[in-house]
Amino acid sequence: MNQPILEIKDLHAGVEGKEILKGVDLTINAGEVHAVMGPNGSGKSTLAAVLAGREGYEVTEGGVLYCGQNLLDMAPEERARAGVFLAFQYPVEIPGVNATYFLKAALNEIRKANGEPELDAIEFLALVKEKMKILHLPEDFLKRSVNDGFSGGEKKRNEIFQMAVLEPKLAILDETDSGLDIDALKVVSEGVNKLKRPDNAQFVITHYQRLLNYTIPDYVHVLCDGRIVRSGGKKLALELEEKGYDWIVNGELQPA
Amino acid sequence: MPTTTSTDAATEIRPIDPYLAKFERFERQAKHPAWLFPLRKAGMARFAELGFPTPKQEDWRFTNVAPIARLPFRPAFDGDAQGVNSEALSQFTFARVPGPRLVFVNGQFAKELSTLGPVPAGVKLANLVAALASDPALLEAHLGRYARIEDAAFAALNTAFFQDGAFIFVPDGVEVPEPVRLLFVSTGKEAGATTHPRNLIIAGKQSRLIVIESYFGPSDTAYFTNAVTELVVGDDALVEHVKFQGEGQESFHIATLHGQFGRRSRAQAHSFALGARLSRNNIYVKLAGEGLECILNGLYLTKGEQLADHHMLVEHAQPHCASHEYFNGILEGKSKGVFHGRILVQPIAQKTDAKQTNKNILLSDEATVDTKPQLEIYADDVKCTHGATVGQLNDEAIFYLRSRGIGLDTARQMLIHAFAGEIIDRVKCEPAREELDKLVWDRLETNPRLAERK
Repeated sequence: MNQPILEIKDLHAGVEGKEILKGVDLTINAGEVHAVMGPNGSGKSTLAAVLAGREGYEVTEGGVLYCGQNLLDMAPEERARAGVFLAFQYPVEIPGVNATYFLKAALNEIRKANGEPELDAIEFLALVKEKMKILHLPEDFLKRSVNDGFSGGEKKRNEIFQMAVLEPKLAILDETDSGLDIDALKVVSEGVNKLKRPDNAQFVITHYQRLLNYTIPDYVHVLCDGRIVRSGGKKLALELEEKGYDWIVNGELQPA
Repeated sequence: MPTTTSTDAATEIRPIDPYLAKFERFERQAKHPAWLFPLRKAGMARFAELGFPTPKQEDWRFTNVAPIARLPFRPAFDGDAQGVNSEALSQFTFARVPGPRLVFVNGQFAKELSTLGPVPAGVKLANLVAALASDPALLEAHLGRYARIEDAAFAALNTAFFQDGAFIFVPDGVEVPEPVRLLFVSTGKEAGATTHPRNLIIAGKQSRLIVIESYFGPSDTAYFTNAVTELVVGDDALVEHVKFQGEGQESFHIATLHGQFGRRSRAQAHSFALGARLSRNNIYVKLAGEGLECILNGLYLTKGEQLADHHMLVEHAQPHCASHEYFNGILEGKSKGVFHGRILVQPIAQKTDAKQTNKNILLSDEATVDTKPQLEIYADDVKCTHGATVGQLNDEAIFYLRSRGIGLDTARQMLIHAFAGEIIDRVKCEPAREELDKLVWDRLETNPRLAERK
């Protein structure tokens, strides 16, 4: 099992002719947690969007391999069925679509794609109840519409809850810590930590280092103006926290 | 010497004449109480004066009823059940809802298909013709008292020609536990076959009642249904009225609900319009007692060349009342939706809370919607809001669903269903709600257009 889960090679991408990612290279192996940090406008969200297959983003150069497959050729639902999961920075409210119904449909699509039998209502409920405990979610959660009327914290917890149920091979967490108070942050990161396995990988995108106090990354990358300008271990995040991004943006950084 | 230029004048006159002739015959034949004749005559006179509405009139700007005016007028006076049996009825929506049922085939009461009980003591449940004989005083006091005909040609026409319909009377303090279904089935095979169903529903003080009024007919005939329902909701009463229009695709359907709601009552009127080539639902309610809350809720699903029009008037005639209107439309093909929501707040109606929303999803480039809110406020301490949207499905929501493994088609269906569900979920009567839900699903699933990519 030497094949990496994700290989991003010289990725150039943008919106409406404006190049935002200007050659990103990154490899993530099974069992690893990678964090990408960067100031606003550095291209973090674009990277997440391109990996998840959001419409409107144009890849002009380079490519992305997911478990050896060309990820960029796959429709968003195909990526999800293959094990890619994006925890949204701004989860969408979908009034009228019941949370249980939605999640069961999603899980069964993924299981079907992987040749596994679909879960019936009882099996699904048993699974879901177990996963709900990890995220400290109230029982009535399942009766509500997807994200409808949820607080910011509830929405983020719901993302991680979905991740727990869908068990992706590659989880991309886009600014999952934004808008969370410290308690919610702990719950979310505990959830993320519990989902870590030797055969999957997590890709944490964040502006602040505080999430990384709880979800310890193996590697930290700094994205700046569409390129990864520095990679290192956990300590790099702490350095950034201490010195701010100016330290890198202004080019004061000397090669280590 | 006659020339072709006289054609215009001739077509303007022609629509009314057959009605007058038929009325004279009808008037001689009908065996109704004496007090009814002035009412009918007034209706006929009013219709003769008003004629069919034209798009030049503001209330009919977006809905042209010329195709109805051009139909031969064939009022169904002597209809029979024409092979309609209980098995045939079981295919219609709400067949599995429990409770009493009044069935009308081509406007005539079908006794053998109807079930008038059981209902609690004191509740009167009958067809109008029977009630005119058994409860003339009660009917005289109410029939035609709530329906406005002064400026409403179709209500006037109905008043002139109605043959039968349902009569429901619930005494003060009585709860009717099961929903009462009124089922109107047309079987006409000739263009212009016309029925004028007329319903009178009186819910006494502190009573509880659910009524489900539905309309069905053949898919290939240009028949015409022109219905009027008068609904009186007493003080502190709790009433739910569900109207379901599932008429044939070539038919014309005009219906008016005239509601009068009493103090602290809770009335809900739902309208589901799926059928007919052209349908117009007038919902005119008068909030006639303090502190009441009413909900007017509707969904229209149109395709092909269909037109579905909802025309609302909510009159706040007393203080401290709340009215909430929610209407959603899902339009395909070249179909057309019309929503006209007028809220009238009388000077006395302080602390009015009136809310109106009309949301539309267009599933094709050729579908259109005309939506028009109209607020007339004569009191100074009120809260009135309105909002209308016309658009496509939310791309963000579609992406969210797809990013979880759900395919594009299923994602679209889920969102459309949810949009319809907002309205369906407001129906409190559970068996009715479940059937409506299933019906919308069936319609979405059998529709190939929904599977199309944008």
